Amino acid sequence: MKSVAYIERQNPPLRVYAFLFLAFLYVPVLFLPLFSINDSIYVSFPLKAFTTKWYVQMLDSEPMHAALLNSLRVGIATAVFATILGVFGAKAVTRYRIPGRKPVVFTIMLPLVIPGIILGVALLILVSRLGIQLSLYTVTLGHVLISVPFSMATLMARFEGFDKSMEEAAADLGDNAWWTFWRVTFPIVFPGILASLLLCFTISFDEFIMAFFLSGTDPTLPIYMWGQLRFPQKLPSVLALGSVILVVSFIVVFLSQWLRGRGAPEKIHEGR
Amino acid sequence: MSSTISIATRPLGTRRTWRARIHATFLRSEALRGYTLLSPTLLVMAFAMCAPFLILVVMSFWTQHGFDFDTTLSLGNYQEVTEEPVYKALLIRSLWISGTTAFLTVAFSYPMAYYVAFHVHRHKLVWIILMTLPFWTSYLLRVFSWKVILGYNGAINSGLKALGLIEQPLEFLLYSPTAIIITLAHAWAAFAILPLYVSLEKIDRSLLEAAADLGDGPVARFMRVTLPLSLPGVMAASLLIFIPTVGDYITPALVGGPDGMMIANLIQAHFGKVNDWPMGSALAIVMMIIVGLISVFYIWISRKAAERIA
Repeated sequence: MKSVAYIERQNPPLRVYAFLFLAFLYVPVLFLPLFSINDSIYVSFPLKAFTTKWYVQMLDSEPMHAALLNSLRVGIATAVFATILGVFGAKAVTRYRIPGRKPVVFTIMLPLVIPGIILGVALLILVSRLGIQLSLYTVTLGHVLISVPFSMATLMARFEGFDKSMEEAAADLGDNAWWTFWRVTFPIVFPGILASLLLCFTISFDEFIMAFFLSGTDPTLPIYMWGQLRFPQKLPSVLALGSVILVVSFIVVFLSQWLRGRGAPEKIHEGR
Repeated sequence: MSSTISIATRPLGTRRTWRARIHATFLRSEALRGYTLLSPTLLVMAFAMCAPFLILVVMSFWTQHGFDFDTTLSLGNYQEVTEEPVYKALLIRSLWISGTTAFLTVAFSYPMAYYVAFHVHRHKLVWIILMTLPFWTSYLLRVFSWKVILGYNGAINSGLKALGLIEQPLEFLLYSPTAIIITLAHAWAAFAILPLYVSLEKIDRSLLEAAADLGDGPVARFMRVTLPLSLPGVMAASLLIFIPTVGDYITPALVGGPDGMMIANLIQAHFGKVNDWPMGSALAIVMMIIVGLISVFYIWISRKAAERIA
């Protein structure tokens, strides 16, 4: 059948285009690690010699350690809070037929389509009118707000994927709602929860705009880097720091996507 | 009716049945249980969205006095926005840059999404992860890497010079709207690819076979089946890029230069150096309203166009 075969047929120009597109996505980012091991404070060709001194300089910097610690704190808090809210929300909209499901989901997903600067300044005004000092707590608040949509989306896919009858079976066998959740629901959605935690952590860890408006005297890592950009002689060590962050977030995101893929809905019915 | 009477006569025994009855209604009403479960998330999100927006709107009618606010409501800020040509020019430039970015990103991402949806059969998940992975890495770093590449002495200029291809650095590469558009297109590509891919993947393949059986060639098939059916994805992708990029200020600040300043840089300055929060709020609201109107108009126009085709 020729008419079926044409979909399967290879399209060499399109294939070349796809690889060029991937190159466009990845090559620019690779310049950061490339120049971070170049022995020159100018970020330009020709490359001079291999060096690790920018990494040493970066690791020795005390303010960098403080900023890293701040980012880890905010990231972990954001991941936990956003995922808890995500679990409640995702279970409610996937497990119960509730009226007004669409507007509810729309409201929760709204931060996705609002420009970051608007959310940032709006929260800044609110917080300052309430007389709350800018701190890592206010940054966390902003990060939770923008992470919940991602957490919801990840977990909704997970909740939709598994059979409601398993929860019903547990209930029939005498488990109350609490134990049904811990013994049936939780183990099944666990990969989704883990994926959501990792995803929300990366979002918070890399986030700049909300942190820019909402952080007080304690900078998060991206804010610290932004500050360092003002000093040209610091540029190479910023590149070194950026490279490390890139590698770490690639690993974390890959892990979260893999966890999502591993618990693909079809596989749940068999085996586990 | 009977319950109210029995409460009056036998208060103790019936209170329990009352409670039991509420409990039973609660268990029976799926909606109620659903909303109870949903309430923490919905309340937090609704509060964290509504409260800041309300106060943003209120503040836009205030006036800045030194380090204090004059809280009498006035339209002064909005009047200034409409009268001052700088605001208008920046707004138009921002809309133009974001619109161009959205158009180019969708146009260039479409073949990529098409390839993965129709021509990748093995390791599809790997391709999807590869396409979206850069999106999860730091936005600041992705923009920053373009500063490294496009700079006056950046990778491209210094590379070409080292190869002896150019004498003078190419100046259009940095500190221009072109640089902003390239950088934004790169940074937001994943936002275009995903909705495009989803809408293409959903297309029923038998429709294409039917078109082929009825004698359509590849081009006609694409124009009459694939493209119309993927229009929702195209719309979603362009709005997902257009809306947030209008409000971007990192990219213009890092690679835009003086000619590349956008409206969000001005808003940010009003909350920073300029220290005029009410004016900044008014600018933010005007920007949001205009972006909202353009988006609604765009959706309306594309719906009409889709009806015309169908």
